[in-house]
Amino acid sequence: MTLNPNPELGVRAAAPRLIYRKPDVLADRSTHYCPGCGHGIVHRLLAEVMTELDLPAHTIAVAPVGCAVFAYDYLNVDFVEAPHGRAPAVATGIRRVRPEAFVLTYQGDGDLAAIGTAEIVHAAARGERITTIFVNNGIYGMTGGQMAPTTLIGQRTTSSPLGRDAALMGFPIRITEMLAQLPGVTYAARGSVGDASLIGKLKAMIKRACLVQIEGGGFSIVEALSNCPIGWEMTPQQSLEHLNGPVVEAYPLGVIVDRWVVSQPAGAGSAGAGSAGGEAPAPAAGAGPEA
Amino acid sequence: MTEPREIGVDARMTEAEAGRRSRVLMKGNEAIGEAAIQAGCDAYFGYPITPQAELLEWMARRMPELGRVFVQAESELGAINMALGAAATGARVMVSSSSPGISLMAEAMSYMAGSGTPMVLVNVMRAGPGLGGIGPSQSDYFQATKGHGHGDYRVPVLAPASIGEAMELMATAFELAERYRTPVMLVADGILGQAMEPVELRFRNPERHVFDWALTGAAGRPARIIKSIDLQPEVLERRNLALQHKYAEIARQETRFATECMDDAEYVVVAYGTAARVARSAIEKARARGIKAGLFRPITLWPFPTRELARLSRHVHGILTVELSSGQMVEDVRLAVEGRCPVAFHGRMGGMVPTPDEVVGALKALSGKVERTREREREQQQKRHSGLLEDRTGGHRRATEAASRERTQGAEVGVRAGTRGGGER
Repeated sequence: MTLNPNPELGVRAAAPRLIYRKPDVLADRSTHYCPGCGHGIVHRLLAEVMTELDLPAHTIAVAPVGCAVFAYDYLNVDFVEAPHGRAPAVATGIRRVRPEAFVLTYQGDGDLAAIGTAEIVHAAARGERITTIFVNNGIYGMTGGQMAPTTLIGQRTTSSPLGRDAALMGFPIRITEMLAQLPGVTYAARGSVGDASLIGKLKAMIKRACLVQIEGGGFSIVEALSNCPIGWEMTPQQSLEHLNGPVVEAYPLGVIVDRWVVSQPAGAGSAGAGSAGGEAPAPAAGAGPEA
Repeated sequence: MTEPREIGVDARMTEAEAGRRSRVLMKGNEAIGEAAIQAGCDAYFGYPITPQAELLEWMARRMPELGRVFVQAESELGAINMALGAAATGARVMVSSSSPGISLMAEAMSYMAGSGTPMVLVNVMRAGPGLGGIGPSQSDYFQATKGHGHGDYRVPVLAPASIGEAMELMATAFELAERYRTPVMLVADGILGQAMEPVELRFRNPERHVFDWALTGAAGRPARIIKSIDLQPEVLERRNLALQHKYAEIARQETRFATECMDDAEYVVVAYGTAARVARSAIEKARARGIKAGLFRPITLWPFPTRELARLSRHVHGILTVELSSGQMVEDVRLAVEGRCPVAFHGRMGGMVPTPDEVVGALKALSGKVERTREREREQQQKRHSGLLEDRTGGHRRATEAASRERTQGAEVGVRAGTRGGGER
């Protein structure tokens, strides 16, 4: 820690101050994600939050089918692979036999909002004490860019080559809002990897979702809007502009429901009590973007 | 965990009775559930479907009573994936369902086989296909032994013929699941599930092991991953070879079957589960009518007792397979017999159960065909040897062809007559 960054200057530099360190739980390897993809950012945020909350040694995570299928190669925690869409059921099984574990699912929009709708809805309805990180990039990336239930109207994909037509292919699903209706859902929020400030806010949401689980709340979910430059047939820069424009318009950012008061002793507020349907309280002070 | 009593609150039994190891009258589904509990089942996940609903209900009452896990899932998909998650942490886990539910569970069974996750699955079979019916049926033999999910995998399948045996096999199922890191299936039918039988309350709780693969949180050790995907073909082939090696080991070590009245048997009835109990009555009746029949009852449907049946087929005159299906296990019987003796089939479907008389009829038809074929063969042989044939070489060839044609027809007719025999009666 006492490296001199500029020996040739002959000046003793002040001892370097560590301003960022890659969390150990993030594996030392390159990912299989495409250039410009947002999954890497979400992995990092999750790794940072888990480290800050001292979770890695207690975590049992569930990997999905989709682009994040190899999440277990990038996060050094115990992982089980779930069949496509079934991660919330798998997490339920873990939760019920391991009450002390931190249980996490990491899912994409095809996995969670299409094939896995029954599993996510019922895990949420049961108020399972699990945390779901839901990465929504509006497309099936892994299989080559097909239409997802979250694909925007008019968006071209390999299975909607003329653009998504609502008359034939239905409307995009705001599934996090749907889930937020359920009293079993303690925390539901939507963030984005669109820019540095949004990434900070997204991290705060992930942290709060994890805290809800640690402190004994019910189901918590954070939807992370993300880009898919390859699937969207855009440059990374264009894809971010698209993400911050039409995508955010279709999927508004913010806390959708927060039925948990962090200062409350665990078990004091049963899920949904007194706040069902009510306006969500603002995120607690200090849960803002990491300084 | 020691329970204050061997069995839960049960109107049919006082606690004093339970304290003694007495025989009590129990419904199959409930007995299976209690046997699982006494075998140390930590978690049960299910979804209502007839004819296994009483099993779910039994677990709903008993598991929370013991501080264990019971979850009624949103579907069979949900149930088995909950089981997958719980099993991944090393818990002793069970699910149960009936045919259409097993179809839904097939996906996760394949994942569990591929990733080496132990689980016990009970299928109280319905009469299919489709929604089918709830009568006793064995129409899921193919599903249990050849199929359910995708991919190159096998699952040990246990087939009890009585409620008492089902209770014993539940403990065996957990043992096999944990020893070989595999899902294990126990198949019953509407009769075994819903009938009541006197059973002895004798339970077994297999020894617990610490698993070096279980997900418990990576504290002080490298993270563990339970998965079935390998994108590199070389690596995936190694995973598959390891699975096949395991299956070969299971086939060597765990093949189970039972025989009855086989010492002097000339004809063998091959049947499992409820069909075997009908066969048992039929064999007595057949013997009274002069047909020396015996029973060969596979207890593991996979691994199938192929070697033992093959050995038998060298000594007996004919085999009759009886199933509550259109003839599924009979294909494995024929593969084992390899044409060494005629194999006939008799079955009923849709929830119908053959009567012992039907089975005796099928046995008589089989023995009749076999006797007639043997008689003709004897005649042909006598003709050949008495020099009645005009042309030595040509005549011999024609006679051989005729004899072999008749032999084939005889066997085939035997099979068809067996099938038809049931319907006509």
